[in-house]
Amino acid sequence: MTAVAINIEQVNLFYGTNHVLKDVNLDISPGELFAFLGPSGCGKTTLLRLIAGFNTADTGRVLIDGKDVSALPPWRRDVGLVFQSYALWPHMSVRRNVAFGLEERRVPRAEIERRVNAALELVELSQLADRRPSQLSGGQQQRVALARTIVVEPKVLLLDEPLSNLDAKLRGQVRRELRDLQQRLGLTTIFVTHDQEEANSICDRIAVMNAGVVQQVGTPMELYERPANLFVAGFLGSANVIDGAKWVDPPAGTPAGAKLVFRPQAATLSAASQQAWLKFEGAVAHREFLGSTVRYGVRGPAGDVSVDVAFHQGQALFDVGQSVTVGVPQAAAMWLST
Amino acid sequence: MTSASAVADLPPVVQGKRRFGWGQAALALAIAAFLVLFLAWPVGTVIVAAFTHKGAGGFTLVNFYDFFATDLFIRSTWNSLYVAGMSVVLASVFALPLAYITTRFEFRGTVLIQTLGVVPLIMPPFVGAVAMQLLFGRNGTVNMLLDQHLGFKIPFMEGLNGVIFVQAVHYFPFILINLSAALRNIDRAMEEAAQNLGSSGFRLFRRIVFPLAMPGYLAGASLVFVKVFDDLATPLLLNVKDMLAPQAYLRITSIGIADPMGYVISVVLIVASVVAMWLSALAMRGKDYATVQRGGGGLARRHMHPWQAVAAYAIVILILLLVLAPHIGLLLLSFATIWSFSPLPDGYTLAHYGRVFSDSAVYITNTALYATLAGVIDIILGTAIAYLVLRTKLAGRQWLDWGASAALAVPGVVLGIGYLRCFYGVTLPDGTPLAALWIVIVIALAVRRLPYALRACVAALQQVSVSLEEAAENLGATKARTVRRVVVPLMTGGMLAGFIASFATAAVELSATIMLVQSNADAPLAYGLYVFMQSAAGRGPGAALGVIAVLLVALCTLASHLVIERRQKP
Repeated sequence: MTAVAINIEQVNLFYGTNHVLKDVNLDISPGELFAFLGPSGCGKTTLLRLIAGFNTADTGRVLIDGKDVSALPPWRRDVGLVFQSYALWPHMSVRRNVAFGLEERRVPRAEIERRVNAALELVELSQLADRRPSQLSGGQQQRVALARTIVVEPKVLLLDEPLSNLDAKLRGQVRRELRDLQQRLGLTTIFVTHDQEEANSICDRIAVMNAGVVQQVGTPMELYERPANLFVAGFLGSANVIDGAKWVDPPAGTPAGAKLVFRPQAATLSAASQQAWLKFEGAVAHREFLGSTVRYGVRGPAGDVSVDVAFHQGQALFDVGQSVTVGVPQAAAMWLST
Repeated sequence: MTSASAVADLPPVVQGKRRFGWGQAALALAIAAFLVLFLAWPVGTVIVAAFTHKGAGGFTLVNFYDFFATDLFIRSTWNSLYVAGMSVVLASVFALPLAYITTRFEFRGTVLIQTLGVVPLIMPPFVGAVAMQLLFGRNGTVNMLLDQHLGFKIPFMEGLNGVIFVQAVHYFPFILINLSAALRNIDRAMEEAAQNLGSSGFRLFRRIVFPLAMPGYLAGASLVFVKVFDDLATPLLLNVKDMLAPQAYLRITSIGIADPMGYVISVVLIVASVVAMWLSALAMRGKDYATVQRGGGGLARRHMHPWQAVAAYAIVILILLLVLAPHIGLLLLSFATIWSFSPLPDGYTLAHYGRVFSDSAVYITNTALYATLAGVIDIILGTAIAYLVLRTKLAGRQWLDWGASAALAVPGVVLGIGYLRCFYGVTLPDGTPLAALWIVIVIALAVRRLPYALRACVAALQQVSVSLEEAAENLGATKARTVRRVVVPLMTGGMLAGFIASFATAAVELSATIMLVQSNADAPLAYGLYVFMQSAAGRGPGAALGVIAVLLVALCTLASHLVIERRQKP
């Protein structure tokens, strides 16, 4: 099976007067693992459901493999959606759940048997095939939901917050398994999440969304290193935002009112004065030990800024109340507006 | 209740900090005594009598042999099973489209349908039977019109058909309410997952939606079956005597209290009730599919195509006309001068209402008194049992709940027969038998409705967080004062809902009371209706009385809705 592309063109969607999706344009390449990332209420799930056919756009269209599917009902789209709640039918066994889509497609009985077994083997649940969903753990239920969707060999796979109902320990393992499976199947996959770590760790590219608008599209590293605006900078990792123009001149072409943004680990901290492109003095307001780093909150003329210092055993720490100097190298400074 | 007293006998040290232990045990014993005296003993007496030899006394199975050797009783048994089964089928035909259309589609008038759909319940079914005769009988409105224009008649009301039709119209709301709730509780993702995998239309309904709503449907259907199986007044008014419940009544009232057949039939009625409930519980086991999760919110409501909307409205209006026919007919009859062999009454008058208010006001005041007292008894018992079950560690406390709920499985006619047998022999100092006192009617009503009130009280108490009580105790309130100042005030809404449920259904109850009413002066409204409806001349005033009963119960139901709604607002 060859992977297909998904194109979202100029989509706008309203719930009543509420503008939920605003001029969304996205091109997702064949075989890509693509994430919709954003805080709750940003429209990412609405966009996913639009692709699956459960929402209707007011303008624009969705193309799957180059064909406009906007007018097709959900059951004609051949798009596999794994629900956040898994939505396993409690009145059917695991095997019946997985066989459902094939039965609806009038696949011959023998082939259903073969493909269901293969799908259950793929997610390592062959032994539990005759159990009811309620008798399975959360992780197992999640794998049944996945098997139920991929057994019909959909053109694309849509995952709605697939890890949110799992406990923290399982999450890391399952997301690696998901990536692994996606690579083996070569299936174009969209992954909806509000967790930047999840998106960063397994996705090829990410669309960061806020308030119904796609803020930026790029690889995890691009988004981290070159965020397009303050929202993306703050949403992916921590960022200090200061009114930099008070101390240094912004480079030519920077829009008026742009803020100076730098990551906590890019700054340096010293007890005495130091040489730096931008420096200001302050006092340590609080100190958090995070294991490999120590995060200092420094209160000074630029407001409160965070500075991460790598922690080595036996190293002397700055005390709360101590006067310090914060230095920011020019290479680490980003000028961003909203 | 040996287990309850065992706790009371323990030394105080073992009971730890529960200083209220003795009081709780005394309360539990008092409730247990009430249930034994007014539920277990009468029903037990009926069962024992069924197995006792009429002349010689002693254990025997000969009464059952006689039962199964008598054609009339075998026929009655089959008729009762047939009528109850077909009533479930017909009630499902009414309820399924209404439930599905109102929960699944964006449909104007959903609230109206759900409200009107409950209206049939608030009238004794036998009252509707008279109106249905006039509308659908051999010479009723519909058949006269059919005969005039198309030249044929449909035997809607002939024999068992009439009983099935009336019962289905009366009891279908049980299925409608339960099925609608079940449909609303299905997580919309369940349906969307099936659509995503290629399922749609009727296959989607058959494979996913209906199986998930099955527990709700079964709960309603089994209730309808049991209610129809136990009802005696409707067949009697339609002059159908060869069914079980009417036979039990007729044997006791015509042949006498010593005749064993009435008791044998009672045992058969109890067994049928218990088996029907047990089967539905068995079918529902492990199928608690309340699947709504956060962000769920029931089935997605779809827009209808214009032709779908037209079909849906046509179906809904037809069903509503059918199920509201008894009320329409009753209203016409209550204002009619003469209504016979004509599609509509010949003329209209207010005289029936005048007669009811001058002659029969006693029925109304009796009913208000009996139903109020029964309701009060029920919420007191219900609150006490709910508290003992949910908030104490008293051994055997579950038995109180089970005992009170067991009343559900006891047909009204059986309870009535049991009371006659138990309390007729007990005479007061002035020589009147205890069973002849009106207070016995009140107790019978209270026992019959206790399960409903109990469920309302349990639900209300479950919503009161234990930490609210602990906060009161932490601030120095004793258990008794905590109950009085914190628990009861917070439960008020639920208790009121329970009271109104008890009151409204007790007001139209006849099965148990028909046995116990000894004089017209003590009779409740339902009995008066029954007496009126038996003669042609009494139908006008009977209908007027029926309309008053419907209004009385409707007002109470409306009040309960208002109370519950206000309680649900934060």
